Amino acid sequence: MNFLQFILNNRSQVVELTLEHLWLVGISTVLAVLVGIPLGILITRKPSLSKPVLGTANVIQTIPSLALFGFLLPAPWIGERSDRLAILALTLYALLPLIRNTYTGIMGVDRSVLEAGRGMGMTDRQLLWQVELPLSLSVIIAGIRVATVISVGMATIAAAIGAGGLGEFIFRGLAMVNNQVILAGAIPAALLAIFADFGLGLLEKRLQPR
Amino acid sequence: MNSSPANHAAIEFRNVSYRLENGRPLLHDLNLEIQTGETMVLLGRSGSGKTTTLKLINHLLSPTGGEIRVEGCSTAEWDVIRLRRSVGYVIQEIGLFPHFTVERNIGVVPSIEKWDADRISRRIDELLQLVGLEASLASRYPHQLSGGQRQRVGVARALAADPPILLMDEPFGALDPLTRVDLQREFLALQKRLHKTVVFVTHDVREALVLGSRIALLAEGRLVSVHTPREFLQSQDPVVRSYVEAFRMNGDLSADRGSS
Repeated sequence: MNFLQFILNNRSQVVELTLEHLWLVGISTVLAVLVGIPLGILITRKPSLSKPVLGTANVIQTIPSLALFGFLLPAPWIGERSDRLAILALTLYALLPLIRNTYTGIMGVDRSVLEAGRGMGMTDRQLLWQVELPLSLSVIIAGIRVATVISVGMATIAAAIGAGGLGEFIFRGLAMVNNQVILAGAIPAALLAIFADFGLGLLEKRLQPR
Repeated sequence: MNSSPANHAAIEFRNVSYRLENGRPLLHDLNLEIQTGETMVLLGRSGSGKTTTLKLINHLLSPTGGEIRVEGCSTAEWDVIRLRRSVGYVIQEIGLFPHFTVERNIGVVPSIEKWDADRISRRIDELLQLVGLEASLASRYPHQLSGGQRQRVGVARALAADPPILLMDEPFGALDPLTRVDLQREFLALQKRLHKTVVFVTHDVREALVLGSRIALLAEGRLVSVHTPREFLQSQDPVVRSYVEAFRMNGDLSADRGSS
């Protein structure tokens, strides 16, 4: 098969672009976790904020990805380097599933369990760390899973602004009207998404509260 | 006047009222003294204000009028976390932490009170024995227990830090009748040893008569009467009588069916 031949002949570049891809997805997912989970927790504490926060995250998600890259281009520091730009955009896209799942996970914790905890004199912080977060962990992991899979796909578009990743092959293949080159980007990207989905799915199942 | 702690009311409601934010009143001008070491049963239909009364004691709710004094100090002045840790709380749905084993569930308050590990594990052994659970259950999760066992764990957890006051909100309500009678019997035996001040919410007249040293009858957010079980059975108050009649009728009905 010609496609395999192509991969083999360009294996160093395939590996390099895959690593680049992973880096874009990894960094942006970590950033999104660091921002999204605390935001999700915050809106369980201040319900009046839940609508605006979830609404904003929702709106961001509806912006077409190419347009979002374009919007962010004039931003200082960020706009200077295309990988920063790509990471910021991917982070923004990953926020919604993280905020939403953290919020619904915590809100879904059995009320009687919370009441018992509060009635026993647990502080808000103890309730959060010992009860609410452990009991909603699998829902939060599900959010990370969705965010990661979205990011893997979305990151292929980052190549359009020169941020690298497996999208390079795809865009190059489109320009060359060469399916093998497109597949050399698309198939590894799909595999990444499948592995991420599977791995995080296992974790999610393991952490499910009994 | 003798003001020794023994004569002190453990819990005292002074002109307490509670209304929801939308203005709907749940409790009107409640005055009630609960003595140290007694079991005060709050009896009434659902919506009569029993659970509200209970939650005012550990400040899960704060009164919209009047004050509640626990151990001589208003709940508004208590440090709310301290207050709750010195008041054991058992609720109908039990509220065991599903992700904690039995021993961790029982050890919650001691561990947030920063007891050392040895002391906690000794206390857990002691409590398992006290509520009649085998030590082998300590490492199980709540979902692996029967309803009766879960409820025992709930009681053990509430007793863990040896609080002087115990609040119980229909703790045996969801159990099958045989298990319920078992647990009621054990509760009486336990109370004979521990002499806690217990506030016990139920809608079951039989349970109230069996467990209570006194019965406070609530209806539509008002305190109707406070009686010992004996007085309760002999009371001429129409509301009390309706309860007693319902209770007797229940007995008669089952007697009739038994004789036919």
